[in-house]
Amino acid sequence: MTITLTHFLIVSAILFSFGIYAVISRRNAIMVLMGIELILNSANINFLAFSRFGGMNIEGQMAAVFVIILAAAEAAVALAIVLNIYKRFHTVNVDEISFLKD
Amino acid sequence: MLETILSNLNNILPEVVVTVTLCLVLILHLIDRKNAQNLMLLAVAGLFTALYVLTTQIGLNNSTFSGMLSVDPFATYFKIVIILSTIVVAVMSRFSDEINDEKKTSGEYYFLILSMALGMMFMVGASNLLMMYLTLEMSSLTSYVASGFTRKAKDSTEASLKYLLYGAFSSGIMLYGISLIYGLTGTLDIVGVNHVLMQGSSSQLALIVASIMILVGFGYKISAVPFHFWTPDVYEGAPTTITAFLSVASKAAGFAMMMRAFKVMFIDSSVTSLPPGAWTLISGVHIQNALMILAVLTMTLGNLVALWQDNVKRLLAYSSIAQAGYMLLGLVVLSSDGFAAVMIYFVVYLFMNLGAFYVVMLIANKTKSENIDDYKGLGKRTPLLSVALAVFLVSLTGLPPTAGFIGKWMIFLSLINAKMIGIAVIGVLNSVVSLYYYVRIIRNMFLRDGQPNEEPIKFPLAQNILLMSLLIPTLYFGLFFNELIQFAQFSVQMFGLK
Repeated sequence: MTITLTHFLIVSAILFSFGIYAVISRRNAIMVLMGIELILNSANINFLAFSRFGGMNIEGQMAAVFVIILAAAEAAVALAIVLNIYKRFHTVNVDEISFLKD
Repeated sequence: MLETILSNLNNILPEVVVTVTLCLVLILHLIDRKNAQNLMLLAVAGLFTALYVLTTQIGLNNSTFSGMLSVDPFATYFKIVIILSTIVVAVMSRFSDEINDEKKTSGEYYFLILSMALGMMFMVGASNLLMMYLTLEMSSLTSYVASGFTRKAKDSTEASLKYLLYGAFSSGIMLYGISLIYGLTGTLDIVGVNHVLMQGSSSQLALIVASIMILVGFGYKISAVPFHFWTPDVYEGAPTTITAFLSVASKAAGFAMMMRAFKVMFIDSSVTSLPPGAWTLISGVHIQNALMILAVLTMTLGNLVALWQDNVKRLLAYSSIAQAGYMLLGLVVLSSDGFAAVMIYFVVYLFMNLGAFYVVMLIANKTKSENIDDYKGLGKRTPLLSVALAVFLVSLTGLPPTAGFIGKWMIFLSLINAKMIGIAVIGVLNSVVSLYYYVRIIRNMFLRDGQPNEEPIKFPLAQNILLMSLLIPTLYFGLFFNELIQFAQFSVQMFGLK
């Protein structure tokens, strides 16, 4: 069996769905952030697969490199905020951190 | 290579000035940790320099850094809006007790708002999908930190977490949409995307899914319903200065990016039989209907929920959601008139919304409360401030003779010219609803009595000067608006379009 573009797209679509599922169902802030990370990486797979198999230019690979860097920066900021949350509330459960009323 | 970079630097000179300023602020903060006042002055001086450099760029229409950024009248106009609001917010922060209580880190605060402004300035010029994503994240990441700036307050910490989770999620979905667009067209440059889409070979369904995913990212940034869930919590929890900044500059940048992306990517330039200024979308892209639904939902929900709010900051948060709805109407029209109306609205919105938040902040400094019941009797205790707040709120409603009337009038006029009477009627009805909750605050200030024996509140001269510099334009643009309208109509031009 040869691996084609379709296979990569299916993998990335599955990863994307897992990411969305994690963000919606998980209550732990860290797990939500991991779901977001999955979404970013699924987009990265798309970029790379299109660039390699779609007969396109190198722009997609360049985009993937930038997204990896950005994901790292985002993780740094996100973990700092979660740490701050833990210091204040002694929990990272997003349901329990809801004092601003609606 | 180096020469190309250096010659391109001229095009982004205002951004370079802001970058240098924020580096200086950070270094000076490390040397002298006590003098936040000097840092504020340095930041404001840098911003004024950037504003001056920007005015020399008016009329420039080209692209730079191999098509990554456009330096065109459209971008310049929005950069002016962003820099003006950054200046106001920087000065406003000087008077904020919330920020001044954080003595050790107030230098970092000015660094944060400058880098937010920098991200936004790049956002309005971005003309490559990757660049759009990166700049959106650049301004978002700093916004997350800034909204949690007062680390001691629980509300602020919670606001930053909620902002982070919603923001990262929405921009992740947007990135996936961008990757699909790349797969469909083989390029990330928005003009290139337009060329490929014009040939009409790509799959319709995939294109619709991708454009809706990109819309999620924009919708989050401009807080359009149904991507608005973060807005009330973040606006209530964040320091008031940051709330004001997010509600004006961040929204302006989001709108500018969205307008550029949808116009340049989806315009059908082969159709020529249209009235001047109007354009049409590539067949099969139903973004106009999506925007229409979004606009109606956004203003209706924003206005209806605002009716029940007792916290003034939260009320203004819902009001700013509703304002985003009115502005979206200008995008639905698909004409230069509609775009110009949105751009006029942003200048007006800059003064009236920052003014409203500024007064709320000054009152909270003295009374330690943002509850609408504590505004009772303020009309007697501090007449100037109360009258100013009343003017800002009347302007937000859109009544003459304030500037808000001109903003709304231009948007509804462009709708009527495009024969979209139904939508215009919904917009007007919404304005009537909004009158109720804005007047509630005014009624509490002037017609209700507060606690007996309350002392009059006095404010220093410097604070009143800033108030006046927001109040006077709010009234001025309500009467003398021709030049503003001309400037906006001139600034509609985007690079890559005829």
